[in-house]
Amino acid sequence: MRVVHYLNQFFGGLGAEEFAGATPEVREGAVGPGRLLEQLLGEGAKVVKTVVAGDNYAVENLDALAALVVKEVREAGGDLFVAGPCFQAGRYGVAAGAVCAAVQRELGIPAVTGMGLENPGVDLYRRDLYIVDSGGSVAAMREVLSRMAALAHKLLSKQEIGSPAEEGYFAHGLLRDAFVDKTAAERLVEMVYAKATGAPYESELTPTVFPAIPAPPPIADLSRARIAIVTDTGVVPKGNPDKIAPIAATNWGSYDISGVDDLRGEDFEVSHRGYDTRYVTEDPDRAVPVDALREFEKQGVIGKLHDRFVSTSGMVNPLANSRRLGREIAQRLKEEGVDAVVLVSA
Amino acid sequence: MVPVAKMVGANRIIQGNGIVHPLGAADLPPAEEKELRRRILREAFEALQKDAGETD
Repeated sequence: MRVVHYLNQFFGGLGAEEFAGATPEVREGAVGPGRLLEQLLGEGAKVVKTVVAGDNYAVENLDALAALVVKEVREAGGDLFVAGPCFQAGRYGVAAGAVCAAVQRELGIPAVTGMGLENPGVDLYRRDLYIVDSGGSVAAMREVLSRMAALAHKLLSKQEIGSPAEEGYFAHGLLRDAFVDKTAAERLVEMVYAKATGAPYESELTPTVFPAIPAPPPIADLSRARIAIVTDTGVVPKGNPDKIAPIAATNWGSYDISGVDDLRGEDFEVSHRGYDTRYVTEDPDRAVPVDALREFEKQGVIGKLHDRFVSTSGMVNPLANSRRLGREIAQRLKEEGVDAVVLVSA
Repeated sequence: MVPVAKMVGANRIIQGNGIVHPLGAADLPPAEEKELRRRILREAFEALQKDAGETD
């Protein structure tokens, strides 16, 4: 079994944060945790190549890094790709997720990585990848690598993969049919009984958790602030140039309103299947309040109405997708120098 | 939808005037409707200038 491994600058032995900008290096054989990985994968497994890159370089050049890794894995004739484990290192996790997803997609070989729950790579890639729950402590390296190795063996031999709880990976968010001995009513009563008597039980549906979001600091001087309008009401220019879907949208658009004092119904349409869109179609200011904000700008209440408003459609959208859209929009607005957002939601 | 905004942990939430026109009111004369829009936006500005703390 030929294995290619991805590591960041720290685990790859280049150094700490001062090497975070390091461009990718390709080494022959196993490096650092790769040696233990090779040992745990057992007889016949060989880490033939290790790609090492700095965390900042990696997240700032994800596409280039992924292309390089895919090329190296292809040339090495890799049967398996492993990245990390990354524990709670966020940039490392995002990079590991991206390269694993690319290898899996382009080469069709199994890819396995490991991360802690709070690693943003988990949310971004758990639907597509087997991400072993590494916890936050690097001291668990051996245990985490052995679970990654066990999962890799099962994937390679196309054995059935057990539940997330059994195998120790993050749930993909999929429901799988299974034959069971007891009806739902019986299982439910048993769970209620277990709960009431303090006995252990495992729910069949895990509720989604929403981690607390630290509040951004208040605007110190509104009369100098650049305010942008963002909306999930689906208001788009006539013709819907970005083809934003009215249900489960996968993209967002940014539209020029410089010099516009009032949005007119004839210039816009609404791509949203979740509410009666007649009123917003008639007057888009009801969701994208350019008219009122332009007045506030002229009066000096706000510093500047941002030249572009951002729109998408917030309708039965998977959470992971919504989070991605939010991240992308926030990043763009930050780059454009926006200080605050009025987000109008239906 | 305010409950959804609360569930996902939004920090500064202002109630709009209904799902079909969060910043409008189809049943009001245009001048009054625009005043309603200004009022909701002023509330949003106030929220933006206050410390919103942590969500729970």
